Amino acid sequence: MTDLTLGRAAGPSLKQRRQRAAFWFLAPMLIALFCVAAWPLLRTIWFSMTDASLSGLYDAEWTGFDNYLSVRTLSSGRVVYRGTLVDPDWWNAVWNTVRFALISVGFETAFGLVVALVMNAEFKGRGLVRAAILIPWAIPTIVSAKMWGWMLNDQFGIINDILMGIGLIDQKIAWTASVDTAMTAVLIVDIWKTTPFMALLILAGLQMVPRDIYEAARLDGVHPVKVFFRITLPLIKPALMVAVIFRMLDALRIFDLVYVLTPNSAATKTMSVISRENMIDFDKFAYGAAQSTLLFAIIAVFVSLYIWLGRVDLSGESQR
Amino acid sequence: MTRNLPSRIAFYALVAVIVLFAVFPFYYAIVTSFSTGTALFQVNYWPKVFDLANYKAVLGSRNFSRSILNSVFIAGCTVGFALFLAVTASYALARVRFRGRGLLLMTILAVSMFPQIAVLAGLFELVRFLGIFNTPWAMILSYTIFTLPFTVWVLTTFMQDLPVEIEEAAIVDGASPWVIITRVFLPLLWPALVTTGLLAFIGAWNEFLFALTFTSSESMRTVPVAIALLSGASQQEIPWGPILAASVIVTVPLIVLVLIFQRKIVAGLTAGGVKG
Amino acid sequence: MAKIELKNVTKSYGAVEVIKGIDLEIRKGEFMVFVGPSGCGKSTLLRLIAGLEEITSGDLLFDDQKVNHLVPSDRGIAMVFQSYALYPHMKVYDNMAFGMKLARADKAETDRRVREAARLLQIEHLLDRLPKQLSGGQRQRVAIGRAIVRDPRVFLFDEPLSNLDAALRVQTRLEIAKLHHAMDDTTMIYVTHDQVEAMTLADRIAVLRDGKLEQVGTPAELYENPKSIFVAGFIGSPKMNFLTGSFADARGCATLGARPEHIELAPDGSGEWQGEVVHAEDLGSDNYLFVEIGADEPVVVRQPGKLAIPYGSRVSLQPQAQHLHRFGVDGQPLR
Ligand SMILES: Nc1ncnc2c1ncn2[C@@H]1O[C@H](COP(=O)(O)OP(=O)(O)OP(=O)(O)O)[C@@H](O)[C@H]1O
Ligand SMILES: [Mg+2]
Repeated sequence: MTDLTLGRAAGPSLKQRRQRAAFWFLAPMLIALFCVAAWPLLRTIWFSMTDASLSGLYDAEWTGFDNYLSVRTLSSGRVVYRGTLVDPDWWNAVWNTVRFALISVGFETAFGLVVALVMNAEFKGRGLVRAAILIPWAIPTIVSAKMWGWMLNDQFGIINDILMGIGLIDQKIAWTASVDTAMTAVLIVDIWKTTPFMALLILAGLQMVPRDIYEAARLDGVHPVKVFFRITLPLIKPALMVAVIFRMLDALRIFDLVYVLTPNSAATKTMSVISRENMIDFDKFAYGAAQSTLLFAIIAVFVSLYIWLGRVDLSGESQR
Repeated sequence: MTRNLPSRIAFYALVAVIVLFAVFPFYYAIVTSFSTGTALFQVNYWPKVFDLANYKAVLGSRNFSRSILNSVFIAGCTVGFALFLAVTASYALARVRFRGRGLLLMTILAVSMFPQIAVLAGLFELVRFLGIFNTPWAMILSYTIFTLPFTVWVLTTFMQDLPVEIEEAAIVDGASPWVIITRVFLPLLWPALVTTGLLAFIGAWNEFLFALTFTSSESMRTVPVAIALLSGASQQEIPWGPILAASVIVTVPLIVLVLIFQRKIVAGLTAGGVKG
Repeated sequence: MAKIELKNVTKSYGAVEVIKGIDLEIRKGEFMVFVGPSGCGKSTLLRLIAGLEEITSGDLLFDDQKVNHLVPSDRGIAMVFQSYALYPHMKVYDNMAFGMKLARADKAETDRRVREAARLLQIEHLLDRLPKQLSGGQRQRVAIGRAIVRDPRVFLFDEPLSNLDAALRVQTRLEIAKLHHAMDDTTMIYVTHDQVEAMTLADRIAVLRDGKLEQVGTPAELYENPKSIFVAGFIGSPKMNFLTGSFADARGCATLGARPEHIELAPDGSGEWQGEVVHAEDLGSDNYLFVEIGADEPVVVRQPGKLAIPYGSRVSLQPQAQHLHRFGVDGQPLR
């Protein structure tokens, strides 16, 4: 006790001063994040339990979970289910999103590994390759969508021209418009655009593997393929896992590419797209809010599972 | 690369394929953007014509120039705002030990993984409430949700790498935390600031969902929205020439920046481990 | 300029107690050296005095005034760090003037002090350079100069020489000794694990072990009257020989300590100990003989001048009785 009073008399200690400063330094950021993240999220969840519409945000009435699922028994005795959870369009979007996320991240990881391995080798023109692969990453998604939209154009597109030229197809394909190929088109563009990012993250992991491990393996005459699976891959696994998880989360919320490349195609409509469509375009604001809340829940579960499994040290505590 | 000839040839072929795939789409967009009329609708692998008509059309239109200005203003403000808040916050997170620090870092990371659609409804209400719907401020406010966590995260990792003894020397010299940040750390951190600033700028420049939702008039659109919604004389006809010209216009500066700062950007991307 | 008193000072990190109750008085103008093995808490103790770490319990007094809660800059201290810790983006001049600028000192006065410190350390021609344009030794001088400019009551050094090469270390050690004479009313506390530095620089040495004070005294006192086996072994180079078993029993103690310089070669077989030379180190001025006499380890004998004793030859050793150290089972000296 006496210690405390003496401390007061002499003013705050260094630790106290620093912690006080830290508080004031963090406060503006926390307030900003509260305003743009926490509060809107809470409001979205609240809206999802009302019947709010775009024009009537404020005269919304509480409807509970009706937007998610409501069960009514008609006087005839028939039971009617309504709400997002029984909406085939929603499940179609969920399926599209999951399919998109799994396939795109899978390919991006595979291609990213290849590109990273190439860039990790020493050869003339390595700088050039790095510059080249940064280009797809630097191009805005909307621009990529438009560029590829043009290349994949059914009538005048260069892709059809090439494929017909080498005899792979005998008929022009309406890549973005056809239900069969729309998802493929979206996947192609996304993989093209995001593989560089994956490659750079993997490369960073690769460069932390000490070179002499390879030297030793080569002296021992181990086959390069075996070296890759037995040595390289286990060593970069942590970096790879972090990269995959970030990409996965990113893929699950995809919006812009789908919206611009294949507008209004049921074959590609993702959760983000269908939520916004309901919210803004169809004036089913609360219904869209419910769908976006579901997307949030899915991602939140995914993240907590991952953190809970303790696979990644996300706080970077161990680096210190 | 001291192997035999066939495997070297195979390796360089792989390199060539990678480079070709990476560069070709943009190259083709440039080639197309210089053609008009019927030339546009023939597949040309090499530049045959050099017609600036598409560029004149795009830049001549009042709205597209306005969009570029909007985008520059919005991305600039977003970056300035995020960096200002992030520098002090990341100092606290990287340098001061306090309870709940790990939890706070986790929260910040979690926010950066937010699906943006999840806050759209709430932000829409907030933007309407503040009366900034269809103004650049709606975007500047909403972009904070992804630029701020990202900049805080990356700057924190950079700040953790600064030597402790320099800070202690400053403390002995009588520097307050604010002085340490502004007069000791900031001058050492400017490469990191350039990197994070640039990455945040690119993020803000490319954003689509919020910009699409929070603007209603053509003159308020940002570049991605303007390109996405560029329409021709009639509904059916897509004006590919001007779209590609506009695409090239907004992409070339980015590519130049990225190539100039490529080393720093790669460092920033991997330091953050977060999306770019 | 300041008398420093530590009264039962402790420091814990969480549950781990690193400094375990230290009582120490450092006199005005004294050059005090903290030595001890790595991890014993020297740096921590110095940082407690600097105010960079908070004292867990106990009192720290500067000139009879409690300073436990004062921030470093209010304690009138200056510190020289092992890694120099110069501000990389500031010229040498600004590095040295930074503290005074922050204190809003008079410009002319700042300039006068910086130039005077630079003159004292002979770094006047470096004032316009950036730290990265300096050599290691020059950087260390700038770091010392920065401390001088603050005109501190207490000067703190944390292993300031350990990043320098051997030759530079000796030279800079000399500079620090000169500095102490030039500023003889400034209290200096110097941390090192190098006992040569400690012996040559110190007015008094405090030997730390595992967070506790083992012994405090002048270099001569520690050398002549170590209060424990630990101090006896820590001070002096080469290390004191410790003998147990029959060697110790012969003199009625548990452990017998004999410094290498206090053992003489005796003519054939006339010495007390007989043994075989298993190794020899010729340092030019001195010879160290490692003689296997049947103890746990070979005994080291220091002989001045040139010597030609082949390996494996048998020698006879005679310890100087008046310089032997006898220790009891508890490690304390027997009188
Ligand atoms: N911030 C800290 N948290 C927990 N333990 C610490 C911290 N700082 C130091 N220690 C522990 O306190 C003990 C003393 O450390 P200190 O740095 O004072 O040793 P030292 O005597 O200076 O050693 P060296 O000669 O290696 O510099 C060590 O065991 C160290 O592990
Ligand atoms: Mg130390």
